[in-house]
Amino acid sequence: MSPISRGFHGRRHGTVDPLRVPPGQYVTRDFPVLSAGPTPRAHLDDWTFTIDGAVQSSMSWSWSEFSALPAETVTKDIHCVTKWSKLDTTWRGVSVDVLFEGVTAEGAYITAWSDGGYTTNLPLADVRDGKAWVAYEYDGQPLAPEHGGPARLLVPHLYFWKSAKWVRGLTLTVTDEPGFWEGYGYNNYGDPWREQRYQGD
Amino acid sequence: MAGAALPGRLTWQLARVVEVTPETAQTKTLVLDAPDWAGHRAGQHVDVRLTAEDGYQAQRSYSIASAPEDDHLMLTVEEIPDGEVSPYLAEELRAGDELELRGPIGGWFVWEGSEGAPLLMFGGGSGVVPLRAMLRHRAATSDSTPARLVYSARSLQDVIYREELERSADGVEVCLALTRSWPEDWTGHRGRVNDALLDDIAWPASDTPAIYICGPNGFVEAISRRMVARGHDPVRVKTERFGPSS
Repeated sequence: MSPISRGFHGRRHGTVDPLRVPPGQYVTRDFPVLSAGPTPRAHLDDWTFTIDGAVQSSMSWSWSEFSALPAETVTKDIHCVTKWSKLDTTWRGVSVDVLFEGVTAEGAYITAWSDGGYTTNLPLADVRDGKAWVAYEYDGQPLAPEHGGPARLLVPHLYFWKSAKWVRGLTLTVTDEPGFWEGYGYNNYGDPWREQRYQGD
Repeated sequence: MAGAALPGRLTWQLARVVEVTPETAQTKTLVLDAPDWAGHRAGQHVDVRLTAEDGYQAQRSYSIASAPEDDHLMLTVEEIPDGEVSPYLAEELRAGDELELRGPIGGWFVWEGSEGAPLLMFGGGSGVVPLRAMLRHRAATSDSTPARLVYSARSLQDVIYREELERSADGVEVCLALTRSWPEDWTGHRGRVNDALLDDIAWPASDTPAIYICGPNGFVEAISRRMVARGHDPVRVKTERFGPSS
């Protein structure tokens, strides 16, 4: 049991439906930026997106091929492990299901990897069946570099560090391999509704 | 009460407030007695959790201001006027109160001592807090790594830890950049951190300094971009950011 913080009343969510806010989160209207290093600047001419690793055969798209893939616009709530949540964010991008058409997976995990060296790991099942996108527009505009542009992974049902900025590919793995923050004590799975912020949560 | 800490698990624990020390008009340092604290590395942060009488809870993260070697765990909190947690910590919390926290959190933005490379730090506003922990760690361990801190604040009155920074240990240079106002006789940098200032104070990429930049996102974005443009390996440019995109 937590002790009462003498004199603390809190600022409730106001008009926000509390059922949309996971435990320990607060709703922000801003779009905070959190990155462990400088913002990489990608050149679209050199940009590719690949699916490789434990697959029967790898796939790769150039930027022009990628932007020609069927895209969809989705509106989702996002939850950052640093406690902010942002509701009704609108993204446009390619469903990971589209990318996996014709891919025969031979591993049950993925490592998403990014320009700048960032990685994060997820079960393959968590990016399939309409749960994840590679997004290149936010709020009707090309995704800004600070927020992960030209393209970032979008996995809104997990804490947002799983939605790798500047994503360049998904590498399938047979065993689950911790990514960048997962190796620094953050939770391996990161379900905001179970408040899985750190190892052991 | 917090139970025995399981290995690899961050349990909530209770700290007692020893004192609340004003630093500037907007910032205060919470000096805490945290008997279950397992130690930390300079640059890490903690989660603080407040609980209202009806069970409502709010959590926020704060950088640790103290060195691992300090007697007390210290957090320096900037009061955000319309914030939910920081006004409570800065205005309501008193010596003797209990504060629930867990940590340490984060393992990337840390400096553990001499790596044979100079230490180059940039702090914007309250972004100086984890960098101060690094400087205190350096002093407490008599580390001789050359260190430079470029600290950008709006005015001299907004400079946190000013006296402590002015009497920094040997081998530490502190450069204040005042962005909005400065005393008439101010001989330090006026305005935002720019390339001319970096020419003066930043070690060249060939010296492979370990670079730490902490502050509002716009500050971190501007300086990290400049450092990469000056040839520094992006992997050696560690950032900690707060606030929205500009």
